[in-house]
Amino acid sequence: MSQTSPTPKPSDADPPALAVSLTVNGTRHDVTLDPRVTLLDALREHLHLTGTKKGCDHGQCGACTVLVDGTRILSCLTLTVMHAGQHVTTVEGLGTPDALHPLQAAFVQHDAFQCGYCTPGQLCSSLGALDELARGVPSHVTADLNDVTFSADEVRERLSGNLCRCAAYPNIIAAVTDVHAAQGAQAAP
Amino acid sequence: MRAFTYERARTPQAASHATLPAGAKFIAGGTNLLDLMKLDIERPTHLVDLGDLNLRAITGTRDGGLHVGALVTNTELASHPRVKTEYGVLSRAILAGASGQIRNKATTGGNLLQRARCPYFYDTNLPCNKREPGSGCAALTGLSRPLAVIGTSDACIAQHPSDMAVALRVLDATVNTVRPDGRERALTLDGLYRLPGDTPHLETTLEPGELITGVTLPPPVAGTHVYRKVRDRASYAFALVSVAAILNGKAARFAFGGVAPRPWRVEEAEGVSVDTAPGRRASAVIDRAFEGARPTAQNAFKLPLLRGTLTAVLESAHGGQA
Ligand SMILES: Cc1cc2nc3c(=O)[nH]c(=O)nc-3n(C[C@H](O)[C@H](O)[C@H](O)COP(=O)(O)OP(=O)(O)OC[C@H]3O[C@@H](n4cnc5c(N)ncnc54)[C@H](O)[C@@H]3O)c2cc1C
Ligand code: SF4
Ligand code: FES
Ligand code: FES
Repeated sequence: MSQTSPTPKPSDADPPALAVSLTVNGTRHDVTLDPRVTLLDALREHLHLTGTKKGCDHGQCGACTVLVDGTRILSCLTLTVMHAGQHVTTVEGLGTPDALHPLQAAFVQHDAFQCGYCTPGQLCSSLGALDELARGVPSHVTADLNDVTFSADEVRERLSGNLCRCAAYPNIIAAVTDVHAAQGAQAAP
Repeated sequence: MRAFTYERARTPQAASHATLPAGAKFIAGGTNLLDLMKLDIERPTHLVDLGDLNLRAITGTRDGGLHVGALVTNTELASHPRVKTEYGVLSRAILAGASGQIRNKATTGGNLLQRARCPYFYDTNLPCNKREPGSGCAALTGLSRPLAVIGTSDACIAQHPSDMAVALRVLDATVNTVRPDGRERALTLDGLYRLPGDTPHLETTLEPGELITGVTLPPPVAGTHVYRKVRDRASYAFALVSVAAILNGKAARFAFGGVAPRPWRVEEAEGVSVDTAPGRRASAVIDRAFEGARPTAQNAFKLPLLRGTLTAVLESAHGGQA
């Protein structure tokens, strides 16, 4: 489990690099990459967007969660070349220090992080999960598959793929719950 | 990760053809294959990306069943209106597996072909017949708590990790494929998965280059659909044991996960002791379905755990009374 970008074995001849264009946080990037480069490594090492974190690099922690065409996925378990033409949103695309995304503001308000390492993944995952809830995607704890409603249990289950070493879980759930309530208030007539 | 060349296939047949050279592999969601490539367990020299194939639809079949394209994601399948209402056991099984992010990427075909979760399959310093044929099996004398209790061999005792496949087995789904020469076939799940025998590295009956194009569900089976998964934590963990059940009065179907190299279903066990109380009926079903089981000292607990789990499933269908 390497913490750096994958280094080819010395015996390996480098495969031909491939040209890929993808849009990240609204900006189009044309890059030429070894096909082995994961989306996570492309973001961090090639585009220098280091907000997205590498925790385990094996799908087990959720730190690398990003939104691709609006859907949350793990950027460590996918190749950049698989995403040509797609739109990627990372934590850098959510808000700025002066104009935080409402979920970022709620994380600050609720003390939803300590070290902050898992936070970019928690934010992207929460936004993806809120969208899935709104679209009626059921979860393991949904009692009636055809009636998806918001609850703290739903948030806990839907964010179970995002681990937090600092165990900020209750505060993360509070932050997500606040944002959901605010969205509901906005949507109401 | 070792070097590989990469191409995107345009048609199923072209994809099938493109993986004929030794060392080539399909990639769908990539959530299992890339993990194993990083660990140097899978070593493809060429990847054929299935992402552009027109295999993303869920469509009704003429007999009232459902056809699911191989690239339909786990999230899409679990959320489909007909799957939620008519094939509830399938929605439930999928939602009990992995995490939201992984289900958004994982595909129907890839889920079926995900590889073993045995700790020694993942540890390249130790012998494993599945990873390195003929090297031995470290699990036989090692940490076997999560592994299989039946259908195993002296060469391998790994369990199949998929939750989705257990529901597909109880639904009698068939797997549709196309081979490099364009011929198609349909396989039952028992026809797809091989038991390990002396060749645990050969996990399916698929031929070189054979592509899964989709899965066909027969018309819905009436009754209460249940998937109950028991694991070490409440979410984001593989099954220790699981039960997929469809209960309709005295009629019942059961398939079991986490206990065998493929979803385990013994049709003859389904009709035993239907008139007795849930606890006794569950014991009779498990005794019959697991005749000849060979658990290790570390995983012998799975049989009583399955009895208890099946009892709970039967009780829930009785409105919660024992
Ligand atoms: C942390 C973690 C937890 C998980 N927990 C669970 C769990 O609790 N329950 C569970 O069931 N699963 C679990 N999974 C596994 C997950 O469900 C699988 O990784 C996923 O379903 C694989 O699908 P994929 O499309 O990404 O496959 P890929 O990784 O793309 O492919 C897997 C294999 O299938 C082959 N393949 C793919 N598509 C086809 C096709 N159409 N025809 C022929 N061959 C094909 C590939 O060549 C490869 O060998 C977990 C995974 C992770 C990383
Ligand atoms: S049980 Fe199978 S997968 Fe595990 S070490 Fe033995 S041969 Fe390998
Ligand atoms: S870094 Fe991707 S899940 Fe841990
Ligand atoms: S805030 Fe430290 S890991 Fe979550």
